Amino acid sequence: MDFILSHLLSLIVFTPLLGAIVVMLLPGHQKGLIRWVAFGLSLIPFILSVVLWVNFVPGEPGYQFVEQADWLPALGVRYHVGVDGLSLTLILLTTLLTPLGVLISFSIEEHVRSFFALFLFLETGILGYFVALDLIIFFIFWEIGLVPMYFLINQWGSANRRYASFKFFIYTMAGSLAMLLAIQVIWIASRSIVPTGTFDIPLLMQMRPFTGEQVLPFLSQELARTIAFWAFVIAFAIKVPIWPVHTWLPDAHTEAPTAGSMILAGVLLKMGAYGFLRVVIPFFPTEAARFALALAVLALLSILMGAYAAYGQTDFKRLVAYSSINHMGIVILGIAVAATTLGTKQYAEHGVMAYNGAVLQMFNHGLTSAALFALVGMVYERTHTRDLSAYGGLWVVMPAYGGILIYSAMANLGLPGLGSFVSEFLVVRGAWPVYTLITALAMIGLVMTAAFTLMAVQRVLHGPLNPRWKELREITWREGLAMAPLMIGLLAIGVWPRWILDVINAAAQFL
Amino acid sequence: MVNLELLTWLVPLFPVLAFAVIVLFTNRWKRLSHTVAIGFLLVSFVLGMIVVFSAFRIGGEELAQHPIVSAVDWMPTGESFLRFGVLVDPLTAVTLFFVLMTLVAIFVYSVGYMRGDPRYSRFFALISLFATGMLGLVVSDNLLMLFLFWEIMGFCSYALIGFWFEKPSAHRAGVKAFITTRVGDVLMLLGIAYLYALTGTLNFREILNDPAVLKRLVEMSSPIAGLSAAALVGLLLFGGTVGKSAQFPLHVWLPDAMEGPTPVSALIHAATMVSAGVYLVIRTFPLLSAGLEHGGGATPAMWAMGLIGAFTAFLAATMAVAQFDIKRVLAYSTISQLGYMIAALGVGAYVAAAFHLITHAFFKALLFLGSGSVIHAMEHGHHHAMEHAGHGHGEHEEPFDPNDMRNMGGLREKMPITFWTFTIGGLALAGFPLVTAGFWSKDEILAEAFHAAFEKGEPLGLFVYLLLALAALLTAFYTMRQITMTFLGEPRTEAARHAPESDWTMTVPLIFLSIFAVGAGFVGVPADFPILGPLLGGNPLHEFVGATLMTHLETLPLNWLPVLISVLFALGGLWLGYRAYEGKLRSPETPDPLSNLPLGLFTHMHRRWYFDELYDVLFVRPAKGIAFFIARIVDRGIIDGILHFTARTSLILAEATRVFDRVVPNGIPIAVAEGIKGFGRSFRTIQTGQVQNYLLLALVNALVLAVVYLVLFQ
Repeated sequence: MDFILSHLLSLIVFTPLLGAIVVMLLPGHQKGLIRWVAFGLSLIPFILSVVLWVNFVPGEPGYQFVEQADWLPALGVRYHVGVDGLSLTLILLTTLLTPLGVLISFSIEEHVRSFFALFLFLETGILGYFVALDLIIFFIFWEIGLVPMYFLINQWGSANRRYASFKFFIYTMAGSLAMLLAIQVIWIASRSIVPTGTFDIPLLMQMRPFTGEQVLPFLSQELARTIAFWAFVIAFAIKVPIWPVHTWLPDAHTEAPTAGSMILAGVLLKMGAYGFLRVVIPFFPTEAARFALALAVLALLSILMGAYAAYGQTDFKRLVAYSSINHMGIVILGIAVAATTLGTKQYAEHGVMAYNGAVLQMFNHGLTSAALFALVGMVYERTHTRDLSAYGGLWVVMPAYGGILIYSAMANLGLPGLGSFVSEFLVVRGAWPVYTLITALAMIGLVMTAAFTLMAVQRVLHGPLNPRWKELREITWREGLAMAPLMIGLLAIGVWPRWILDVINAAAQFL
Repeated sequence: MVNLELLTWLVPLFPVLAFAVIVLFTNRWKRLSHTVAIGFLLVSFVLGMIVVFSAFRIGGEELAQHPIVSAVDWMPTGESFLRFGVLVDPLTAVTLFFVLMTLVAIFVYSVGYMRGDPRYSRFFALISLFATGMLGLVVSDNLLMLFLFWEIMGFCSYALIGFWFEKPSAHRAGVKAFITTRVGDVLMLLGIAYLYALTGTLNFREILNDPAVLKRLVEMSSPIAGLSAAALVGLLLFGGTVGKSAQFPLHVWLPDAMEGPTPVSALIHAATMVSAGVYLVIRTFPLLSAGLEHGGGATPAMWAMGLIGAFTAFLAATMAVAQFDIKRVLAYSTISQLGYMIAALGVGAYVAAAFHLITHAFFKALLFLGSGSVIHAMEHGHHHAMEHAGHGHGEHEEPFDPNDMRNMGGLREKMPITFWTFTIGGLALAGFPLVTAGFWSKDEILAEAFHAAFEKGEPLGLFVYLLLALAALLTAFYTMRQITMTFLGEPRTEAARHAPESDWTMTVPLIFLSIFAVGAGFVGVPADFPILGPLLGGNPLHEFVGATLMTHLETLPLNWLPVLISVLFALGGLWLGYRAYEGKLRSPETPDPLSNLPLGLFTHMHRRWYFDELYDVLFVRPAKGIAFFIARIVDRGIIDGILHFTARTSLILAEATRVFDRVVPNGIPIAVAEGIKGFGRSFRTIQTGQVQNYLLLALVNALVLAVVYLVLFQ
């Protein structure tokens, strides 16, 4: 037990990788066995992260469950991991969504073994990213997350998968390059304080790498800081994605297999927002505050453009994909407010609200988007179409499905009583005193969110039953099982947000 | 002593439990489902009534000073918490009373009305959730919790209006209701966020009962020039009411909401949802009117309430005059009556607004349930008539609208209980003097407006009074038109001829509600009204509800002029309605007697002054256009266009590089290599392998070298 607790983070990060190896060793034709083994193995990180959650102390400053070891001492690279309230929330989200994605993927019939192995491998990449406290480790895991997702889309996606996977990969690689550059510049700048240079995130946060003497003749500390700031911003903005670098998302989400979309929307997008909160704001508070207004404007555009674009879709899955842009816009608005205010004394209160809202919105969006993508997948498997005008009246033949869809739709449009409302309120509350006009305009986005969400529900469930679908099967218990935790989670946050906000709020206060 | 705090917490809890139980477990068994719904509601009813009557016993002033409160930390916000809790003060107590009464009547009624519906259990689950929404809203002690329940009701109304979702008109109406009210809701949300940012709390008592806080809000300026913070918050919150209580310009959703089953109409239009909007402005009235006591006339929020409320009251009344659907008449009348309450607050008539809210809940629930009884009977009558005529169910049936009053007539004899109860409700709505509840409450509003207009000389008061008085005349007129068309004269169709009286689950709630439609007014009779005033305890309602504000509200001295005008308008309107319609309609095809009004007025009113068409052009189509533009042109065209252009440029560049590579970096080494190779090849010819050739070459070389040596160095 002691060993488990002292190496908890490493265990959580690497058990999925081990799981992937185990799955690859299974006989390839035993599909049922592979599925259940994959599901069982994916539960282990979840259980471990529940242990992590329970043993986490919200009131304590700094990082907990820290593990450190030298890795490349010559460069100052270390294996350094740890969690605070921010990363803990996202770890729980990741380890929760993975088993659900596995369950939903039981319907995959081609190359089952490779699929589940890649899926578990992907989890390791994401989890490693969220616990990393060293920039090189951070970068490596960021890249690891990219590769399996590329193959998941490219191999198991739908008709236009090659275009989509390529677009996804190239876009994110552009971000990765920028990030690598930023990390190198930071390392160089840090040598003015630590002679060997360092990649250590907490250390860098503390000592502000750009304050010392100039290290390279042509690179002033000021210039280095500007380069590193923008490079990070570009990398994370693409990942979130923020309007106008968002067009990879609808393609990737739409073409990916259901579980891929669930993870993509559920957690992969959060890697971008997490980067803003973990790296950009702590390392570059001045720049962040200076450019926060621009970020807020882009957030507003994401909210509005995402909502309107979703309303203009005829493809069910693409509509849900655009909904993600809309919701991540709210996260970014919260981040912009936090960037503006957290450094000040007078307005820090608004920043804390907005920070809480942004992080909780990430979690809520993870649950709702995963639920909606799973629901799109279920109806697609039965009808083999995603065209909204081809459905109609399905509620009659699939009553349970209809109930779950309406529930998830309500969560998506921010109905009070379900999670998203709490986070949206916190962001609006934080943003109003800081960016009043932007917040007011964002309300148009909230109305449009309701409009496109209800439009989708109406096209799928309501109206006279399309006779083509008279024989449609109701959802199975396996599908219901995959949906239940998402629904319970949303309700739990909506009714009693303290259980999760206590953890997030702790992180917000130590900024 | 019972723990009243705990009981108050439990009141909204039981219906939601019923919802969960029905959805998760008893969905398949209809009888069990309605038993669960009604049973759990009755538990809430009993607990709620204990709270309400304890509150009455405590008395207004004492309860206002020391209300029943209890709260828990709900959401951490930095170093403090947002607390959620319950609050029972006099306003809560009276609201809880009428809400519980009407809820019980509607639940019981639904058993009869929904019988045979394939989704019977789902219906009871949803109305249970609805009940939780309203009960929770009433007992909330802060704005955010109120908003939470407010939106739960919004969801339920969406689901219930679209309950018969196979009908396109039904689900469209549901979506319309949700989106239209959402416009108001986001304004309200901004108001809540703003208020929270300014005061650091959302608790009613901490804001509304603290003069220092209110004063600070009045003195602070808002981001909008010329408005104080209090004014902006007030206007934003009122935005929520405009949506929820279907006031102009967001009134368009409510008539369409008639697509839902009739008990839902009663639930939405009487007992709960639309009342919630008015409840909000009554509840936050100290904030909306903050600054009033320092002189300077009505606050911006009061101006907004006065103008919008009065205009809505009149506008909706004109629409009600020209409807043929029995439920739509009532829908417009609801919008109109809500306008009365809101306009009342605009002229500062706090208690009058609350009074009308209560009486209206009773008589409007009664009218809706009565109309449901009529519709139910017309459907039965229609089936009966079709069978007699030799048609089976469902084959070659002509489209028949059981809601259309032109198909009715003469139902008085067929369904006497429905007729008499409906008439009581109608008279209450019209404000029939002395014996109906509606008279007393509406008269109080008119008296207050009259006072503001002619005694205080406020222009807003004049506007409010004139429009409300005209609306009162129209109200009496369309009510009598409705009663005449539906119940009097001779049956105009076979369906009406065979319409049966409804069974007891439906008629008992009607009788129950009609008692309140008469009696609920007697608690608010002005103390100085001859005979009745002293006899009825000298306006206990005013004392009780008025105490909520924690300042003593003076009642107006009785002024006979507005009373007489009200009586005249009520009776005159009823008489006109009777004269215009009695015996005039012979068959469903007879044109309406009003249809030859000048300027095509009847058609304009019938078409609701074309608001739906206008909004379609102004909002719905542009939204679709923008959506198409962004989805197709901005994203796919411009952004992806740039992206693809970049990708293509990269491809061309790559191709160019490939060519360049082949020519320059690749070509030169190859050329060098080829040159050496050619050189070697040309020299290969001398490598013959024959010794004599080599010797000859060596000799030649030696000679050449010798010559060179001699020439160069000698």
